[in-house]
Amino acid sequence: MEATHAHGAGHAHGDGHSHHPKGIMRWITTTNHKDIGTMYLWFSFAMFMVGGVMALIIRAELFQPGLQYVQPEFFNQMITLHGLIMVFGAIMPAFVGFANWMLPMMIGAPDMAFARMNNWSFWLLPPAGILLTASMFVPGGAAGTGWTLYPPLSIQMGIGMDMAIFAVHILGMSSIMGSINIVTTILNLRAPGMTLMRMPMFCWTWLITGFLLIAVMPVLAGAVTMILTDRHFGTSFFSAAGGGDPVLFQHIFWFFGHPEVYIIALPAFGVVSHVIPAFARKPIFGYTSMVYAIASIALISFIVWAHHMYVVGMPVAGQLYFMYATILIAVPTGVKVFNWVATMWRGSMTFETPMLFALGFLFLFTIGGFTGLVLSNTAIDVQLQDTYYVVAHFHYVMVAGALFSAFAAVYYWLPKWTGHMYDETLGKWHFWLSIVSFNIAFFPQHFLGLAGMPRRIPDYALQFADFNQVSTIGAFGFGLSQLLFLYVVLKAIRGGEKAAAKPWEGATGLEWTVPSPAPYHTFEEPPVLTEAKGHA
Amino acid sequence: MSANRNADNRRVLVRLLAVAALMFGFGYAMVPLYQKFCEVTGINNLLNPDDALRNTQVDTSRKVTVEFDANLHGLPWSFKPGQTSVSVHPGELVHVVYRVSNTRNHPVTGQAIPSYGPQLAAAHFKKMECFCFARQTLGPGESREMPVVFVIDPALPKDVNTITLSYTFFEVAGAAAEPAPQLRRPGA
Ligand code: HEM
Ligand SMILES: [Cu+2]
Repeated sequence: MEATHAHGAGHAHGDGHSHHPKGIMRWITTTNHKDIGTMYLWFSFAMFMVGGVMALIIRAELFQPGLQYVQPEFFNQMITLHGLIMVFGAIMPAFVGFANWMLPMMIGAPDMAFARMNNWSFWLLPPAGILLTASMFVPGGAAGTGWTLYPPLSIQMGIGMDMAIFAVHILGMSSIMGSINIVTTILNLRAPGMTLMRMPMFCWTWLITGFLLIAVMPVLAGAVTMILTDRHFGTSFFSAAGGGDPVLFQHIFWFFGHPEVYIIALPAFGVVSHVIPAFARKPIFGYTSMVYAIASIALISFIVWAHHMYVVGMPVAGQLYFMYATILIAVPTGVKVFNWVATMWRGSMTFETPMLFALGFLFLFTIGGFTGLVLSNTAIDVQLQDTYYVVAHFHYVMVAGALFSAFAAVYYWLPKWTGHMYDETLGKWHFWLSIVSFNIAFFPQHFLGLAGMPRRIPDYALQFADFNQVSTIGAFGFGLSQLLFLYVVLKAIRGGEKAAAKPWEGATGLEWTVPSPAPYHTFEEPPVLTEAKGHA
Repeated sequence: MSANRNADNRRVLVRLLAVAALMFGFGYAMVPLYQKFCEVTGINNLLNPDDALRNTQVDTSRKVTVEFDANLHGLPWSFKPGQTSVSVHPGELVHVVYRVSNTRNHPVTGQAIPSYGPQLAAAHFKKMECFCFARQTLGPGESREMPVVFVIDPALPKDVNTITLSYTFFEVAGAAAEPAPQLRRPGA
């Protein structure tokens, strides 16, 4: 996107308003999209660490068959909290953080549409994170249902379950407010001349993710509210005693749950659609088809929920329908993968850290997509449901997919945020350590699943021991590698080579027209877009 | 930011909030929608009489053992089948009883939920009459004999020789005072 800015872009004049509160109050009261973006990202990283420690507790227990370190009840609580914290506390806030930081700059807006509400959406998160983490310490412990909160267990557990439900309510409220803000910003605050079809791809992915969130988070809120009233107020939506049906919960939950996986994946697609063109030094291949692919993935995601429920009892016609509908999603997803590869075709590529993570994403997300296609087949899923094959599958899409894309985003935009280049050598180390240890941790889980090892169980049959040991070693390697990531980021914040306004030769978009680090206020006057050539 | 733009933003905000509110309602609407769906398609027809068999031919060439099981889920009752098992021909109309008594000195209401083993027998086990079609309220110390009338569909796969019919009684909280109503879930 070519831009000439008469005087709009990047007021470098020390942001004129010197009346913000200092210290902690600055962060509590801030309505600045960059401050809020930063807080989202740090919150996300903190939750990533908490959820990561839980994952390592699980993996430590699974290092050997039999019970070593924890009791089965606690093991189940770790599984539940790890899932909830990683999904709602780490991955989703990370991408909302990127949206806050970058969307206004990408579309030439001064800030988010509702700056005050933006502050609220962030500050709802820490209480929810604390509720989830603290629920471990109440009598009866945390929810042990798995992140899916299925009844009847979720109707029976102690107060930890109520805390989890309340946390889900708060997280839902935060995401709904955040998405309303993002959608409104994109619809109303684009610089003159930036039509929807000239928007950078990250904006497109977030526009559609925003709609998905607004559509399905309330459904989840409704489902957990029904659990809550079943628990305490004598309703029987799901409790068989009063004629309720536990399977109904699964239908409602997955009506939320499947779109949720695209809520996680789409913004990740958006990031990759910026990084690959930048380092292949070619515009994205097939912009229009990318937009249609995102939209159709989002639409189809509403009609495939019961592929998570093949074995709960469903007529064959239902199984066939959900199988074919699910397989259909592979088509637009394939279009996207094709376009990313075609973008690199005959590009002049270089392999800085963001590009490495984007390529890691491309390879491993595609593997996760393939195993997803395997699981979509009813006849096969009956065998693989609730085994480690499923665990391997969703970690390929969520860790090697969404998380790697988040790493790519951090490295790509860090110069813009901090004004310094990160340490490229250490960044590459982070990448190689992560991708190798990730595969050591998760690839063997495919075999464990195919051999029949069930998930969410702290003990296993002896013949699974070898692969589990390999997996645990990989998991600890992966966890430790993330400390290196923290170090690289801190180092870049504290200093380093000065970053140019556009540190990446092939990068395009308005965000690169403002100086690095981006001044506190940008685009108070909208930039003037010239030429229609190229998209980010 | 101009007043104009603020008004635009507000308009989008209101619409999106309305969508969110609607979707919250939609979550709840799924409860009756699924009920209707199951009713129309005949799925989950657990607590209603089954349609009488069209083919009433008794298959005297084989016998099926039906075992009876009774469970309580937190009710102060005693609940037992009148017979542990019966041996019947498919197609034959069978009467059995369950005995239940309330061990407390206040009325208690319960709902029995049937289940079958093996699962695939469920589709071939036709209940004409059952105490599980309605809630049961027992007065203080009251005992009752409750009938079950069923037919096993002769289409039951040949390799199924034994079917277990198991009931679990759940307490219906707060319902003891009311007259036992028909159950909320209609079914086909
Ligand atoms: C350090 C990297 C990670 C490791 C070693 C790890 C490990 C594990 C393990 C061992 C389980 C339990 C599997 C089972 O027995 O069912 C699990 C479950 C899960 N993980 Fe991770 N995980 C990691 C990162 C993530 C991330 C980034 C996400 C992000 C979305 C995530 C999402 C989940 C979910 C949703 C579950 C399912 C929880 C449930 O069964 O309810 N994990 N993970
Ligand atoms: Cu799904």
